This record gives sequence, structure tokens and C-alpha cells, in this order.
Amino acid sequence: MAKVVIPAGLSQQFTGGKSEFEINAKTVRAVIRCLDKDFPGIGKAIEIDMAVAVDGEIYHDPLLESVAPDSEVYFLPRIGGG
Amino acid sequence: MKNETQEFKWVGKRPIRPDGVDKVTGRAKFGADMHLPGMLIGRVLRSPHAHARIRSIDTTKAASLPGVKAVVTGSDFPPPPPPVWQAAGEVPVNFRDLARNVMARDKALYDGHAVAAVAATSAAIAEEAIDLIEVDYEVLPHVIDVKAAMKPDAPLLHDDLFTDGVSPKPDKPSNIAKRMEFAVGDIEAGFSKADVVIEREFTTKPVHQGYIEPHACVVDSSEDGRLFIHCSSQGQFMVRQFCARVLDVEISKVTVVPAEIGGGFGGKTTVYLEPTAGLLSRITGRPVKMVMSRTEVFRASGPTSGGATKIKIGATKDGTITAAQATLAYQAGAFPGSPIGPGCMCAFAPYNIQNVNVVGHDVVVNRPKVAAYRAPGAPISEFGVECVIDEIAEKLSIDPIALREKNAARQGTKAYYGPTFGPIGFVETLEAAKQHPHYSAPLGENQGRGVASGFWFNIGGDSSASVHINEDGTATVIEGNPDIGGSRASLAQMAAEVLGIDYDKIRITVADTSSVGYNFLTGGSRVTFASGKAVIEAANGAISELCARAAKLWEIDADAVEWVDGEARPAGDNAGDFEPMPLSTIAGASGKTGGPISGHASLNVKGAGPGFGTHICDVEVDQETGRVSVIRYTAVQDVGRAIHPGYVEGQLQGGVAQGVGWALNEEYIYDKDGRLDNPGFLDYRVPVASDLPMIDTVLVEVPNPNHPYGVRGVGEVPIIPPMAAVANAISDALGVRLKDLPMSPPKVLASLSNGGSRTPS
Amino acid sequence: MPRQHVTTEVNGEPQDFLCEPQETLLDVLRDELHLTGTKEGCSSGDCGACSIMVDGRLVCACLMFGVEAQGKTIETIEGMAEGDKLHPLQTKFLEEAALQCGFCTPGFLVAAKALLERNSDPTETEVRYWLAGNLCRCTGYDKIVRAVMDVAAETRET
Ligand code: FES
Ligand code: FES
Repeated sequence: MAKVVIPAGLSQQFTGGKSEFEINAKTVRAVIRCLDKDFPGIGKAIEIDMAVAVDGEIYHDPLLESVAPDSEVYFLPRIGGG
Repeated sequence: MKNETQEFKWVGKRPIRPDGVDKVTGRAKFGADMHLPGMLIGRVLRSPHAHARIRSIDTTKAASLPGVKAVVTGSDFPPPPPPVWQAAGEVPVNFRDLARNVMARDKALYDGHAVAAVAATSAAIAEEAIDLIEVDYEVLPHVIDVKAAMKPDAPLLHDDLFTDGVSPKPDKPSNIAKRMEFAVGDIEAGFSKADVVIEREFTTKPVHQGYIEPHACVVDSSEDGRLFIHCSSQGQFMVRQFCARVLDVEISKVTVVPAEIGGGFGGKTTVYLEPTAGLLSRITGRPVKMVMSRTEVFRASGPTSGGATKIKIGATKDGTITAAQATLAYQAGAFPGSPIGPGCMCAFAPYNIQNVNVVGHDVVVNRPKVAAYRAPGAPISEFGVECVIDEIAEKLSIDPIALREKNAARQGTKAYYGPTFGPIGFVETLEAAKQHPHYSAPLGENQGRGVASGFWFNIGGDSSASVHINEDGTATVIEGNPDIGGSRASLAQMAAEVLGIDYDKIRITVADTSSVGYNFLTGGSRVTFASGKAVIEAANGAISELCARAAKLWEIDADAVEWVDGEARPAGDNAGDFEPMPLSTIAGASGKTGGPISGHASLNVKGAGPGFGTHICDVEVDQETGRVSVIRYTAVQDVGRAIHPGYVEGQLQGGVAQGVGWALNEEYIYDKDGRLDNPGFLDYRVPVASDLPMIDTVLVEVPNPNHPYGVRGVGEVPIIPPMAAVANAISDALGVRLKDLPMSPPKVLASLSNGGSRTPS
Repeated sequence: MPRQHVTTEVNGEPQDFLCEPQETLLDVLRDELHLTGTKEGCSSGDCGACSIMVDGRLVCACLMFGVEAQGKTIETIEGMAEGDKLHPLQTKFLEEAALQCGFCTPGFLVAAKALLERNSDPTETEVRYWLAGNLCRCTGYDKIVRAVMDVAAETRET
């Protein structure tokens, strides 16, 4: 089961404050689907303005990145630059 | 101190940039230098009110002035796209807000907001016509200050804006567009372990990117609806997408030709004039040129957010930070979208802290919509953090660099916003700063020394490039990122290194949107890293083809050929015994062996290496006038690997100069009616040559493992430390801690008359 | 308003043009003569991007009317190189990476040339004060000041 963490902003809005989840999924897409099933709307919110860090590596437009059983998956705001 | 490597032929050298001669002779064509036959001149009418409902606009007088060819207002534009945030390259964009920022619809939301535009046969006529447009405004109460805008009874900018990120969903609209929070550990437990806890409040003013080239474009619309846009921007593909959305045309009908760009620093990552010029051109059937005046640049473009921050840090006697908390409020300007996210994530990122809580607010106010500015969001939050860290060091009598070292993020540190750092060079920058002679040099009377560090993520993203081998053995590199600070040079150096040919045998072109694959814009310190990777991959593609062609000429297998030093060589024992074949020979025979030789790459580049810097600043304070002079400055930064050290040093020096301006002089001043009082370089004072000393640089090189040459982005980090470095130096000189930017002479004098004693904690 | 006929010399060549009385010399150079190497950053005399020489004096082209150029000798960035030979300042700016975006560069080169013609051995402070009317937002001035001092030193040696 991968450890999935969402920022406090999202958890307050969608999950009643819960920010850590154990999710069985092979890709980031599957993680998002699984979250959205339990917390409708969160998938769309993630799609629009979240990047993801899987085991320390940041992906800006996440979908197909693979997730291992012991992975850590953090959603975070996207980063642009000057 | 430079760490120039000997193992490379071109990487790490300082060749002359490919566009250099054009830029020292006046040949280079910037945004305003384009001239097309039959061209009209466009001008914009801007709101004189900070907040006003537009009851009606009467354009009849203006339209009937001889020489005026078109007048447009918000109602002439296609209806704004739906009000949702959409992924646009790396960052989400709300195209409804973008469209309404380009041209106001029902309300003007800031002094300078565009409300109408004209195209005429001369600038003088266009200006006369602007004065003839009659707008009936209903002036509304306005709000400029971020804290005032957050109050429940503040004048509301948008009655359909509800705070995002709170539960339950609010039932009343608010100026707070978004709340976000990052938390790890147990913040209260962390503070209870601390021997010293310091909590301070800081404010920073909005500051403008201050590029010397005002926004400029020429747009030509054809009868079949195509748009030809020539403009200076940080990304021709961004301009293409934004204009297509605002004018509701298909992307394939829009071609954007990038002009040379006279500075951007984030401020040219959006559009202001281009859609309006496009609409005027469509109506008149003639090319329309629009150029902002400096006043318009200040009133209507950029700046970055001003912020109000509260920072609380606790540490044990030995200097271990046990907890850190920040509350941040950033002005977004008239539409949501301040850089509050990165502000929250960067605040404590240089440090390994177990208990962290950061809450951020994105707040709309009656000011121009903010645009990105170098490491957007980071300088505002890190300024307060680096000042409090300095105060903790003072309180615990620990050297400020040693305190930072003790708590520094290292490889394997898990950042509180998620990722675990790979190889990073923060500790190396602290070490180098400590060893630098500057750090131990004696100080004179009224002088002080300050230290501060900074962190920025750096980004990668979409990049495309092509490498074409020419028939005489030279090469053409096609890329798609406007060159703001020498990136043509660094990309060409990497291409030369990979191909094994001389740098001056390579010509590099920044192509228009129809001539190269998609590229995300020049920003986030991504070009030398991400587009560099695309160029390297395209060059490697060309090399595979060159090897295959050599194999055909030698009548051996393609995998029996290797590429060494710009020539094909037989590889392995049974490849046969052939003289190496130089690139020019293979290129000359390309027609016989299968046609032109090229390599292409279109990638979404991942694995940007985070950047850290540590700065040392000496100031001298004139106790009579309150004027602070920076008298010595050293910037140390982990740059991964400097491809062209000259331009890397330049990034550090330029960032420092902007940071010093932010620290000491620059601010937007509004009068009581919400009008900008200082929209010019005379009163908005950016540093000039006589304000600054030489800026010494130390390039630390901890290679980024995700790039063939170890490149990290370098442009953003150097603007982060200066504000705190200057404030900490002033504190060292005077024993007064200033917490409000800019630290201008009146503020310094006021703090001196308040006793000039150390702030009680 | 009637356009006025103005006769000048620009970069060594006789040049006449027509201009409106209120048109600045900067507008004339850029829009009428298409000498776009001289830049406009503020049109109020505060940025120096429009620096040119008029009768041997360094001026902001945005602060002068086109009609005031009558009978005068004008030098712009386009006249700085001789044929394909760059001026030593141009070469040094390139060698020492004294430009990033390059927008301020023509103004700095013209102003620096004017300085070295008056003072062949300026101190760092003199260079900084002379160039204080030229804004550069990219470089932090370090490499620009060094390039000017290096050219001064090399010129003195030869
Ligand atoms: S344009 Fe003349 S000084 Fe700025
Ligand atoms: S190099 Fe960009 S303003 Fe000077």
C-alpha cells in the first residue's frame, strides 16, 4: 500500500481533515481515481492545480507515473517561475 | 573562485554568445522595433479609478476623428471563457480572469485597468482619440492593503469569489480567494521543546520586475482569420495559447514570432496588449502596433505581491530548530493567483525541521494583477524566516552560518511539502560562505554584516528542439525559448559538446511557433536545464543517424560505429579497419546515404535540481540621513554545473541588484483614492550603478544527477536572500531590527530615534 | 500641423527628414529613419536606453525634439562599429558577458564611449557615477563597470 498525502487545504475541503491515506494503486492516475471515489470532486481539484511528488521526484502534470507498494505520494501545488 | 572543469571542451567555457554582435550593434530586433507597411498605432484608455462600475462607454466622438480606424471596448471581445482554472503548461490559468484583465468588462478593478482601445494612423491621433472616449463610471469603495482586504466588511472586488480551501464552503463572497496549509509533526509539542521562541511580523511591498523594455507587439490579422503576432515575451507558445483563448480562435491559426526580449524576470509570462492588438487588426484589416509607456508598465503590468507575514521559530540552546510556523497573506492584485503556494512551500525549505505549520492566503485587492517575478512568492516568506533565524542566532550567541548549518536540509531530508531532496548543495554554500575572506573581513564604524540563505525548486517541463546537420559539416540548432540572458550560448555549448564540433560551427535559432515543437516558456530557471536536455537529445539523435550513415559508407553494421570527438569510428574488433570519418564527410555524402541528417526531441523534462544560495552583505548606515549603502556583497550558490560561467555569475549579480532594490528603495505608493503615485523610474527607484558595489560570486557545483552535465536552474535563487541579508546587516550595524520593506531612509531614521536598541523578544 | 524639414548628419552621412514639431528625436530616429538600435525605456530621461551623441555631447534622445537636431551631428549605436570592426567596448562587453537581455546595451555603450573620450583613466566610482543615468535591470552593473574599466586600461597601454 502506498502512502498518499494531500495538503491540508485539500483535506479541509474534501476529506474532513484527513490528509494521509494508504492506497493500493500502480499509477498516480489510479491513486487519484481511488481518492475521488471516496471524496467526490477531489480528483478534479488535483487535476487542475496539483503536482505530485512520488518518492521525492516532482511531476508537474501527473497521470501515468508508476507507484510502488512502498511509495510515498505527495500532492502539492504546481510551481511556475519567473 | 570558479570551479571550471577541464574535462569538457565547451561546457564550462565562456564563448561569445551567438546573438552577441546583434546586441552590441543595435541590430537585434526587440518588441517595438518591428515595422510593417500600412501599420496602425494602437493605444489603450485606462481606468483612473481603483474600483468602479462601468455604466457605459461612448466611443462615437473618438471613432469619428479623422485617422481613427477602430475603437474597441470589452463588449467587442468574444465572451470570456468559463471561470475555471485550467492547466496551461506548468501552471494553472484562469482564462476568464485573463480576458477581463486584458480588457475590463463590467468593472474596472484597479487604476490602470484597460477599458477601451483605439487604432489610428499615427500615435498622436490615437492619443487624441483616447481622450475623446467618454466613460460613465460609478466609483466604488476600494481596498489596497492586504490586511484591510481580508476584513469581513472590506469592499468586495468580486461578488462571485468564495474562499477556496476551507470547509464548509463559505456562503458569503470574500476577497480571500484561497487558503492553503502545510503541516507536518506536532507544532505545539515542537515549540514546547524550545528554549527560545521568536515570533515577528513582517511586511513587504509589491515591487515591479522593472525590465527596461516596455511591453510591445505588432499583430497582423488576415482575412481568413489567421493571426501573425510579433512580440517580446517569455514564451511565444504562451502568447499563442493565451491569445487563441481570449480571441476564441484555433491555435493553428496563430503564429507568434518571438522578438528579442528586453528583460522579463517573470513579468512577461502573460499577455496584456496582444489580444487587443489582434482584435484591432481583425477589425481594420491592417497590422496594429502597440507599445506600453513606462507609466502603463507600472500601472497595468506585473508587479509581484506585497505580503504580510508572521513567522515564529523555536530552537533549543544548542541551536536545533524544533518548530517553525508561518502565516502568510499575499496580495494577488485584482484577480486571484498570487504566488502563495510557492511562498508557503519555500518558507522553511532550506531547513530540516520536524514540526512545521504554514498557512497561506491569496487575497485580491484593487491593484494590477500580479505577475511572476523571479522565484515568485519565495522572497516574501523567506525574508521573514531568514530574519528570525538571524535573531535566534544572536540570542543564542551562535554564528548565523553555524546555526543554519546545524539545521540545513541535506540529501535525504524530507521537505515539509512532500519530496525528499536528492543531492543538494546547501551545506556547501554555507561552507563556502564561511571560508570566504568577506566573512571575516573587519568592519568600520556604522557598518554591519548580514547573512541570509534562499531556496527555490527550479522546474523542467515541455521542451522541443531540433538539430540539423548542414552539408558543409556545420549544424543548426532550432529551439523555442526566448533568450533573456545568454541561453543561446549555453544551449549551443551543450550541442557542440555532444556533437564534438566547434562551438562556432553551430548556429542556434529561437524559432516561431510554427517552426519548432511546443516549448513551455522561459521561466522558473528551466531553459538551460530542460531545453538543454532537449537539445542534447536531439543532438544524440543526429549522432545516431550520422553513425548509421558512416556504417553505410563503410558497409558495416550501424552498431559497429561509435561517435568520438566529432567523427565516426569503427567500434569493436570485427568492425573493420577504417580511418575515422569526420562529420563534414558524412554530411557531404548525406544525399547518397538517405537524405538530410537531423535529430529531434520533444520531451517533458523532469528532475530539476533544487537551488540553494547563501549571501553575505555589508552595509554602512548614515545616521544623519538614514541612508543605507551596500558596500560589499558576496553571493554563493549551488549551480549544479555552470555551462557558461559568465552568464551564471550574471544571473547571481542581477538577482542581487534586484533584491537590494526590493530591500532598500522599491515600492508602489498609492494615494487615498487608490491611484498609483509613482509610476515612473524617477520615483520608483531601481538601483543604478552608483548605488551598488561589485557583486562577488562563488559558484558551488553539486551536479544535478538528472541532467547529463549536472545543470540546475540558477536564475531564481539569487533574488531571495538579499532582503534578509540587508536587514540582518542593518541590525548588526545599528542594533535595530527592521521588519518592513523597503528599509528606506525615513524608516531607518524612525527606528534610530526609537532608541536603536535591540528589539525585546 | 505642417511637418518641418530638418537637415542633419547621422553617423557620418548627411541625413534630412520631415517631422512634426512635437516629435522627439528618439521617435524620428526609430520611426522615420528606422534606426531602432536606440531604445525607448521610459521617454522621460530616466533610463538612458536612448543615449546618443549630439555634436559630441551625450544626450537622451527622448528629451530632444526632432526639430532641435537641425544642423547637428548625431551619432547612434549603429555608427559605433567601423565596417566589420567592432569598437573595443563592443568587443569587451561580449567577452565579459556584460549584457544579458541586451536592451540597455546600446545606451551603455554610447555613454561609456563618451566617458572614455573624456577620461581615459576613470576610477570605479567615476564609471559608476557617469553611468548612473543608464538603467540595467539584468546585470547588477558589475560586469558592465568591469568591461568599461578594462577597455580604459587596455586603451592606455596601446
Ligand atoms: S527613453 Fe530616454 S531616458 Fe529612457
Ligand atoms: S542587460 Fe537587460 S537591462 Fe541591461
